[in-house]
Amino acid sequence: MAVYLDHAATTPMSDTAISAYVDAMAVVGNPSSIHSQGQNARRLLEEAREQVAATLGCDPIEVVFTGNGTEAINLAIKGLFWARPGTRILVPGGEHHATIDTVEWLERHEDAVIDWLPLDELGRVRLDALESALATDAASIALVSMLWANNEVGTLQPVAEIAALAARYGIPLHLDAVAAYGHVPISFADVRAASGAAAGVGLVALSVSAHKIGGPVGIGALVLSRTAALEALIHGGGQQRQVRSGTQDVAAAVSFAAASGAVIPAMEGESARVEALRSRLVAGVVAAVPSVVVNGDPDAAGRLPGTAHFAFPGCQGDSLLFLLDAAGVSVSTGSACQAGIPEPSHVLLAMGRDDETARSALRVTLGRTTTEADVDAFVAALPAAYAQAARAGLAGRTTSFDR
Amino acid sequence: MSGGVDSAVAAARAVDAGHDVVGVHLALSRMPGTLRTGSRGCCTIEDSMDAQRAANLIGIPYYVWDFSERFKADVVDDFIAEYSAGRTPNPCMRCNERIKFSALLEKAVSLGFDAVVTGHYASITTDAAGNRELHRAAAWAKDQSYVLGVLTTEQLAYAMFPLGATPSKAEVRAEAAARGFSVASKPDSHDICFIPDGDTRGWLAERVGAETGDILDRTGAKLGEHEGAHAYTVGQRRGLQIGTPAADGKPRFVLEVRPKDNTVVVGPKEALDIAEIAGSRFTWAGLPPLNSHMPFECEVQIRAHADPVPATAVVSTDAAGAEELVVTPHVPLNGVAPGQTAVVYVGTRVLGQCTIDRTVSAVPVEPLLAEARA
Repeated sequence: MAVYLDHAATTPMSDTAISAYVDAMAVVGNPSSIHSQGQNARRLLEEAREQVAATLGCDPIEVVFTGNGTEAINLAIKGLFWARPGTRILVPGGEHHATIDTVEWLERHEDAVIDWLPLDELGRVRLDALESALATDAASIALVSMLWANNEVGTLQPVAEIAALAARYGIPLHLDAVAAYGHVPISFADVRAASGAAAGVGLVALSVSAHKIGGPVGIGALVLSRTAALEALIHGGGQQRQVRSGTQDVAAAVSFAAASGAVIPAMEGESARVEALRSRLVAGVVAAVPSVVVNGDPDAAGRLPGTAHFAFPGCQGDSLLFLLDAAGVSVSTGSACQAGIPEPSHVLLAMGRDDETARSALRVTLGRTTTEADVDAFVAALPAAYAQAARAGLAGRTTSFDR
Repeated sequence: MSGGVDSAVAAARAVDAGHDVVGVHLALSRMPGTLRTGSRGCCTIEDSMDAQRAANLIGIPYYVWDFSERFKADVVDDFIAEYSAGRTPNPCMRCNERIKFSALLEKAVSLGFDAVVTGHYASITTDAAGNRELHRAAAWAKDQSYVLGVLTTEQLAYAMFPLGATPSKAEVRAEAAARGFSVASKPDSHDICFIPDGDTRGWLAERVGAETGDILDRTGAKLGEHEGAHAYTVGQRRGLQIGTPAADGKPRFVLEVRPKDNTVVVGPKEALDIAEIAGSRFTWAGLPPLNSHMPFECEVQIRAHADPVPATAVVSTDAAGAEELVVTPHVPLNGVAPGQTAVVYVGTRVLGQCTIDRTVSAVPVEPLLAEARA
């Protein structure tokens, strides 16, 4: 039986979400149609929107459903950039590729200027660097964008302080909460209120994705403050406040809502359960491989409960992944490019680690279906995999077959 | 698994033979798509997906292993350096020697694998004493033993070529179709995978730089100018653009490229005839000859698709003790350039190879010099 410990990549759909999806797919009607069947579909859609909004602490009108988290992030970053005269984008290193590739595209095609903000060794953005960037010609800044929780190492950003800084300097802030959603409490309205943000600035946009919390792949959401100015990326029927045209996916929204309705109220207890499993896993890894480095914030309050991120000195992460996979345990090295090439962790590089360490990274992420037996199976498989991967070593310039 | 038909069928046959097989695709560039675009060669996203789909159908796991840094250093940069030094390298041989049967093999063995299986058309046999030998494939038209000639005994010990006994490529394609592989009719790759448009000259000009220099005859007389010596290869006839014709009216060919003084030497076709080739970087693909310091009869092949020529070979030792493999073809070879690999065969067996350092023309230059003086 395969042991699945890659819940940050995607987590199994809950039975509730699956049955809600199947039931809603049987309902005919375009929610934009005027007739009764359209109205019925519209009702299901808006109830789903209300449910999702409740889990994000925002008004339903502020929830814009998208095709996925990446689309939500593109919509926020490009949409906010194009809606303001400034050209600077403030973004930390170590972001998800959905952000990195989007701001780099804006740099190449739209004359955006990227201020890459430094991370500290735990993966947390340096607030002093953020403030000094904000204080330098604030009028030239289009937006600030960053992760709420880092998807590789799990470090949480001090979002209240960041939102307060953005509010104080009058800059729109987008938070990529794809990795955080379902694991830490999120209230869009509370963050905005506490930051004292004026209309259109401070925290105005927040991205999430359904499949990270047990909903279906193929739907995400952008929480967009009704005060925000944003250019749409997709034009057409004018659905969703003209921000995201296109026939709305009622069944996916209903399933998303069902997943969020199951996960968010149970989050506190579930986080404690997962945190305990993570402690068991980290203890087992440290006992098996004393030289291992555990990355991210050692303080549980400063990171996601189910993310354990390691560097195994002298090993390549992809060798470990392969050997563990052969032993029936699925884990991740972090990110891979489109062709499937494992890349050195750009997050560890942004945290100041060297290339060799960044290639030795392994991410183990726990979730709703993870059991003690899963953790124990991983810990049992690790010593042999580590020993063999260490023998394979880091790909050197020379091999024993060279002459 | 390159994403082509040969490696897909080779993998499937290895599974049929009872082996526990894992599909591995080599990432040779950090930026897929910057190498060959389209459905041929290596390292496009499409090729990676084709390889994965074949692995799915065979029912084996599939991974991408990244050797891009080493490929750049050992194959691409080496290719540029060799051309800059006036030599004509074979990057596919270099890739077999340094990537597939060195970096990949080492990683595979250390991760617990017993062998690297590829879709090359060549055969490995084992003699009565258990020594491995590399032989030509049954399909002579597709035979790739030449580009594997760089493999040593140690490397052959871990190599498997399941296509070696197949009579034709058509049979491999038919088998791929029968197995349901989408790549059954995918075009063969050729040219150099890291030169996307096949324009080797233009690609080199960008990297080596092109500087005008002299075109000389064998007596040293200047005949014209060229726009970068690296663009010329020994044996080349076209594109010389020498205004004055030769005294005898016959076409002239590139005889030598001298990057140090940026000159290209040209002369008549007969002067391309090579009576002897030698190289200090030689290896044996399996057991060496009983006494390689005694001349032995063999056949020599100097290009992937050249015909083998009967020859005598010997390892000679100079006064300083440095060894080189000297090969004397029984009939002169045409168009041999330093940097090329001479693979030595006995029958179908690949005996070994050397990278050609120097050549001796069958038409000595002295009579020409005397003629010029007269």
